[in-house]
Amino acid sequence: MSKIEYTSVEGKSPAYFALLGSLGLMVLIGLLSAYYMEHHGHHVTGMTNQIVWGLPHVFAIFLIVAASGALNVASIASVFSKKIYEPMARLSALLAVALLAGGLVVLLLDLGRPDRLIIAMTYYNFKSIFAWNIILYTGFFAFVGVYLWTMMDHNVYKFKKYAGFSAFIWRLILTTGTGSIFGFLVARSAYDAAIMAPMFVIMSFAFGLAIFLLVLMASYKWTGMELGDAVLRRLRNLLGVFVAAVLYFTVVYHLTNLYATQHHGFERFMLLDGGIYTNVFWIGEVLIGGLIPLAMIYAPGLKDNRTSLGFICLMIILGGMAKVYTILIAGQAYPMELFPGYEVSSSFYDGMVNSYSPSLPEFLLGISGMAMAILIVVFALKVLRFLPASLADAVVDPHAAK
Amino acid sequence: MKKPVTTSMNGSRRNFISKAAAVGTLTVAPGVFLHKAAAAELEVEIVEIDIVEPDLNTSRSTRPLDQDVSNKNRWGMLIDTNKCATGCTDCVDACNQENGLEGKTGPQDTQYIRKVTLKSKSTGHETSLPLMCQHCETAPCADVCPTGASFVRADGIALVDKHICIGCRYCMMACPYKARSFVHEDIKNQKLSAPRGKGTVEACTMCVTRVDNGGLPACVEACTAENHNAMIFGDLKDPDSPISVELRKRGGKQLRSDLALNTGVRYQGLNE
Repeated sequence: MSKIEYTSVEGKSPAYFALLGSLGLMVLIGLLSAYYMEHHGHHVTGMTNQIVWGLPHVFAIFLIVAASGALNVASIASVFSKKIYEPMARLSALLAVALLAGGLVVLLLDLGRPDRLIIAMTYYNFKSIFAWNIILYTGFFAFVGVYLWTMMDHNVYKFKKYAGFSAFIWRLILTTGTGSIFGFLVARSAYDAAIMAPMFVIMSFAFGLAIFLLVLMASYKWTGMELGDAVLRRLRNLLGVFVAAVLYFTVVYHLTNLYATQHHGFERFMLLDGGIYTNVFWIGEVLIGGLIPLAMIYAPGLKDNRTSLGFICLMIILGGMAKVYTILIAGQAYPMELFPGYEVSSSFYDGMVNSYSPSLPEFLLGISGMAMAILIVVFALKVLRFLPASLADAVVDPHAAK
Repeated sequence: MKKPVTTSMNGSRRNFISKAAAVGTLTVAPGVFLHKAAAAELEVEIVEIDIVEPDLNTSRSTRPLDQDVSNKNRWGMLIDTNKCATGCTDCVDACNQENGLEGKTGPQDTQYIRKVTLKSKSTGHETSLPLMCQHCETAPCADVCPTGASFVRADGIALVDKHICIGCRYCMMACPYKARSFVHEDIKNQKLSAPRGKGTVEACTMCVTRVDNGGLPACVEACTAENHNAMIFGDLKDPDSPISVELRKRGGKQLRSDLALNTGVRYQGLNE
C-alpha cells in the first residue's frame, strides 16, 4: 500500500461556517437549558423520585457507549493489523474522543449539583462502579489522546501499536463499566444481570460504527474527496454483524428473564402490555434498530447504495436510542418488587407503573451533547490532518482495484 | 397506664349472681328486686383498670456527644404490622414535622416515610406498614455512591453527606426500598436539625440528632405517644434491649431478605 496522505478540510466555505454555526447554536441552547434546569431545580424536568434518570441520561449513555465503539475502526487497524482500516484510524479516534466529550457534558449538566465536579474528581468510593467510570472516562481521553499522537507524529510513530492496543483494552473495560452501572443494580428486575456488560460492549460496536460511517460519508461528500466502495463494503458488512450481535444479546437477555418466573411480570410489561415502552421496544429497538437495517445491509439490490447506507446508519442510531430508552426508562417505570406475593399501594407510587414525560429542556440538553460531539469533529478536521486525501479503492486496497 | 376495658360477664359468674339472688330472696325478701336490678346492671360493665405495659423504648444512646460513634451499638427498629392501623399516618406526620417536610405527595416530592398497604395475592389478607430507609448494614446506596456521600455510620445509621453529594441519583437507582428522594426545587423553612439541599438526595436519617441526644426517632415517639406501640427503637447489639428481646421471642422479618443486606429495620406480622 502506498503511503497515505492526510489532509485537513479547508473550512472557508459558507457551508462550513453554516454547519459550525448551527452546531454551535445547538450547543448554546443546550447549555441554556442546563442552566434553566439547574436554576429552578429538576422540578422543571419530567424526572421524578420514581424516574430518577431521564432523557439526558439516555443521550449521555448512548453517546458514551457509541464513543468507545467509534474507536473500533482504529482498533481493527492497529490491533488486528487490517491494513484497509489504517487510513481511517485517525478519524475513528477523533470521533471516539468527541462522542465521549459530548456524552460526559450531558451527564455532568444533568447532575443535581454540576458545580461539584471537583468533588466528583477528588472524592472516590472505590466500591462504586460509577466512581470507576469517572476514572475510565478520564483514562479514555488520555489513552486515545496518546494514540492519536502516535498516529500523527512521526517521532513517536513506533509506539503506535502499543498505544492502539492500550486504547483498545481500555475501551473494552470502559464499556464493561458502563454496562455494569446497570448490571450491578441488584434492586430492580430489569437490571442485576451480568449480560449487561457484554451487551453494552456489542451495542457500542454497532452504534459507534453507524455514527462513524455517517461522519465518514458526510466528510468525503462535502469536501468532494474520493471515497471508494471497497472501504464502505467492508464497513457495511461489519455493521451487519454488529447489529445481528446486538439482536442476539437482546434475545438472550429476554429469554433468560422469561425462564425465571420472578421476572415474568417485567417481561410481560416489556414485551406485551407496557404501552409506550412495548412500542419503543418492538418498533424502535427491534424493527428500526435491528431487523430492517439488517435486511437492508444484506439486500443484494442495495449493495454499494450510499443513500441506503446512510439511512441504515440513521436507523441504527435511532434504534440504539430506543434501546437505551427501554433499558433506562422502562427499567425504572416497572415497579420494584418490594413485597413479592402482595399487591402494594402507597402515597409514594409503590406498585404502580411510573409515568415519564420528558420536558423540552431535557431533550435540548441531550441533543446538544450530540451537537457538541459533531462540532468537535468538524472543528478538529479543519485544524489538524485527520482525513486521508483519498480513500479511493486503488489507494486503500490495491488488490481490490481493477 | 389507665386503659378502658370492656368486659361482659361469663356464664359461671352470671350463674353465681342468680344463685346469690335466690338465696337473697329466701333470706331478705324485700331486697329481691334490688338484687335483680343489680344483676341486670352488671351484664356489661366498663371498668378502668391499670395495665402496666413495659416501656419498650428504653434502649437509647448514652454516648457522650464528644465521643466518636462506634460500632458498639447498632440502632434499629422493629415494626409490628399487626398493631399498625390502615389509614393511620401518625408516624408520617411526625416525620414531616420533625424534618420540615411539607407532606406533599406529588411524584417529585420528598417522602422519608410512607404508609404502604399490602394485599396478599393468595389470601387477600391486608396489612399496613410504614416504610422508610431500612438502614442496611451493607447498603446498596453507599456501595454505588461515587463520592462516598452516601454512607453507613458505625452504629448502623445510613446517611447522606449533603456537602459531597453531587446529585447523580445512582443511590436512588440502587435502593431496593425506594427509600430515597431527590430535592427537585428550592427549599424554604428548613429545620436546623435536619438540613436539606436542592440538587441532592435525602432519606430517613433515623432522626440521627435525636438518637445521638438519647432520644427516639420522631416516628417511634409518635406511634408510642398515640398508644399504637407498633414501633420499637433500640440497640440490636444489646441482647437485653427490648428490641433484641422481642426479636428473640417472636422473630422479625427483613424486607427483601434475599438481598442479604442485614437491615436495621425489621417487621413482624407479615403473613400471607
